Amino acid sequence: MTVSDLKQSYPDSPKPKINWARIEEAEDFANTVKLFRQGKYDEDSFRRYRLQHGAYGTRMTNDYAMVRIKLPAGEIYPHQLEKISQLSEQFSIGSAHFSTRENIQLHWVILEDVSEILRGLAEVGLTSREACGNSVRNVMCSPLSGVCPDEEFDSTPYALATARFFLRNPLSQSLPRKFKFNFTCCEKHGMVRMVDVGLIPQTRDLDGTIQKGFKIFLGGGLGNKSFVGYQLEEFTPEEDLLYTSIAVLRIFDRLGDRKNMARNRMRYLVNDMGWEKFQNLVLKERAIVRATQSVVTHLEVDPTPSIIKRPIRISDESGSSIPDGYARWLKTNTLKQKQSEYNSVFITLEAGDITSNQITALAMIIREFSSEGYARAGFVQNIALRYVHNDDLSRLYSKLLTVGLAKSGALTMAAPIGCSGTTSCNLALTNSHRLAKEIQRKFLELKLDQDDDLRDSSIKISGCPNACGQHGIATIGFFGGGGRVGKEMYPNYQMSLGGRSDGETMLGVTCQRIPAKRVIPVILKVIELFKQNKKSDDTLKDWMHRVVNGKEDSEIKSILDIRKALDSFTIPPTKEEDPDFYTDYGSDSSYHTKTGKGECAA
Amino acid sequence: MCSMSQEKTVKTTTDIDSLRSEIRDKSIRVIDVRREEDYKQSHIPTAVNLPLANLLSDDSPERVLKLVNAMGIDDETPVVVYDDTFGALASRVAWTLEYLGHSDVSLLETTFSKWKSLGLENDNKIPEIQSKNHSIHLKPEILATSDYLETSKDKPNVILIDNRERLNYLEQHIPGAINLPYRTLATQDKILRPKDDMKRLLDNRRISGNSEIITYCGSVGTLSGLAYYALKSVGLPNVRLYVRSFKEWKGLEKPIAKQQDANYWDLSAE
Repeated sequence: MTVSDLKQSYPDSPKPKINWARIEEAEDFANTVKLFRQGKYDEDSFRRYRLQHGAYGTRMTNDYAMVRIKLPAGEIYPHQLEKISQLSEQFSIGSAHFSTRENIQLHWVILEDVSEILRGLAEVGLTSREACGNSVRNVMCSPLSGVCPDEEFDSTPYALATARFFLRNPLSQSLPRKFKFNFTCCEKHGMVRMVDVGLIPQTRDLDGTIQKGFKIFLGGGLGNKSFVGYQLEEFTPEEDLLYTSIAVLRIFDRLGDRKNMARNRMRYLVNDMGWEKFQNLVLKERAIVRATQSVVTHLEVDPTPSIIKRPIRISDESGSSIPDGYARWLKTNTLKQKQSEYNSVFITLEAGDITSNQITALAMIIREFSSEGYARAGFVQNIALRYVHNDDLSRLYSKLLTVGLAKSGALTMAAPIGCSGTTSCNLALTNSHRLAKEIQRKFLELKLDQDDDLRDSSIKISGCPNACGQHGIATIGFFGGGGRVGKEMYPNYQMSLGGRSDGETMLGVTCQRIPAKRVIPVILKVIELFKQNKKSDDTLKDWMHRVVNGKEDSEIKSILDIRKALDSFTIPPTKEEDPDFYTDYGSDSSYHTKTGKGECAA
Repeated sequence: MCSMSQEKTVKTTTDIDSLRSEIRDKSIRVIDVRREEDYKQSHIPTAVNLPLANLLSDDSPERVLKLVNAMGIDDETPVVVYDDTFGALASRVAWTLEYLGHSDVSLLETTFSKWKSLGLENDNKIPEIQSKNHSIHLKPEILATSDYLETSKDKPNVILIDNRERLNYLEQHIPGAINLPYRTLATQDKILRPKDDMKRLLDNRRISGNSEIITYCGSVGTLSGLAYYALKSVGLPNVRLYVRSFKEWKGLEKPIAKQQDANYWDLSAE
């Protein structure tokens, strides 16, 4: 008998439908790193290769990488989480990070160890291939697809099929720039107008038969310059989904700007050309694609629904008491599904960070509580556990509490997004990551997560203008920069207001610059202004929408009035009066901006 | 691979089955390095107790000799050491015996918790030990002192390895050290990776037999002790343990390097 013979297995656990990995890529990566270190591979080719395999550069060093693990459609299985937990302990910092695009990121990995991570991922069918670089990035899907009460049908199988079609596809290996697909469930849960290709499932009645299809939005995206996407046509039938995707990619590949890295996302092409011209081009290209593609080219949509089986309860704890905070958590972290008696439970993390021990615990919790047996990554650095039965919610809460994963406010304004900022990113100017954590702690301390008026609002922070923190679609958004008083610098944020990503998607309107150490008081002041001026059934989001569109008739009529009310926060004290003002979060030395080369456009 | 040619295979771990039969044959001395109260509750049959803290209170060769004699170990006695701390404490004790000149000491391939969870035999009997006489043949070639480290660490054929966790390493480390966190060395079930696996990992990091390798960790040479055995397990011939590690280095106010201009601690969810 050997120890490994006795490894625990869970025979009832569902298995992932698709193996995304290729083990030989791990070996190839290890060899390529060796060649690069021996000087047999030039810097630029190596960087392209590294990014193609999902290893991103790290702040101020060439010795470390960030490995971005794709979770197509956000799906993640317990045994995969256990592997990631182990890899994060062995090769990263003992924590992992859930991103805004349904990836899990391992930071500060030694370049020579990346291949070991790829090897480990391959053991559980996961990949980081094409998670960075000029390729089709992770195909996202709403964490509520399949359970959302407002959806027409579940778009998950289409998201998975799209991911499968384009992964390692020669068509998407050398695009002018990265390319993103987002599938969603319904208008409300959004995120389809802020991406290259966004898709909402739709149906129509065609002579008595129900036809499935999509509302497709093209040319949106967040970045240094953001654009809202346009709807291609009234209805795109499902059989045209792949042809449309290929047509759009072919146009981008052909016409996209390969010279000017700063403006080569497809949204610039659409903007430069004009929507109508681009639209015509897509429709024509699609006709060509449809006529010329072989019949074997199709999306392998697997319509088999997940098996829903409530896990067997081993111990009876019906007599045990419900811990404090349960009602608050229930209100701010769970949603009723369209399937009666079932709920989707959201786990909010601080800026997406989770320890390896918590990941391992989460794997067991999924097995014990989710009737579909796996979890989904969400849109806001969070995790959704779906198909949790009504009767299991309080027990689940107790379990989450014991491992520090029961923070309330997951579905509220109290769950801000912060990109990685100066914790690891070469381009960052401020520690946006820590700021998001500080705001969350303050909101929970003040119990603002329980405030219904704030529930549908959001706070999102980027550490530079490039918008990885999605500040442009936040009710209150921030991006980092440096402020200056004489020779002294301080961390500063540009604040924008009124952004949203739902059916009425719009980009936030620039308000003013707020010093980093004044951001929290400013947010609280904005909330105070709202409370003083709101109509009885207003939410902050509604009120702000009117303000930024000049349609508010209270004392605060426009963004200028908000600016005036906040002016006093923006005046820098002297360094003697307040030395803390001149340091960023997480640092005790004087602030200075320092950046390296970005790799988004490599 | 030519760079591995001078390496010889050394036995660094003992597997569960071998240990059980050696215990039955009464041909071995087993050392449990956990705390005394844990040992008294239950331990592997016939094991003697040498808590690491006890050893560290004075680990001069003269004292170690006394401890070894009292445990009934002479030059010929095969010794297997185990702990419940992923092999790190056991490694430190095993290394100390090796330094004294004992040639047949190895680590149990797994921890006591794992042993117990497999339902293997354990008891709380304290064995009667007949004292023996061990010789002293110190092996300075497996030890690195701060002076030794300072003079040799910048030589081209010397590799210095820091076995602490990544964030601690980024925050401060001995200049020139590379980071191989102790967690990297183990698998879920065993204190050390299988040999081929370990070899591949080290080969990727360009840690090979042509170099002299020095390991260190936070304070007393436990995590780096495990690394010492990890390197031995793939046959690397020339490995030293900087047994007083970073704590002493820092105390002596020697130079320290830091990964600058990044707030990596804020990525931790701890």
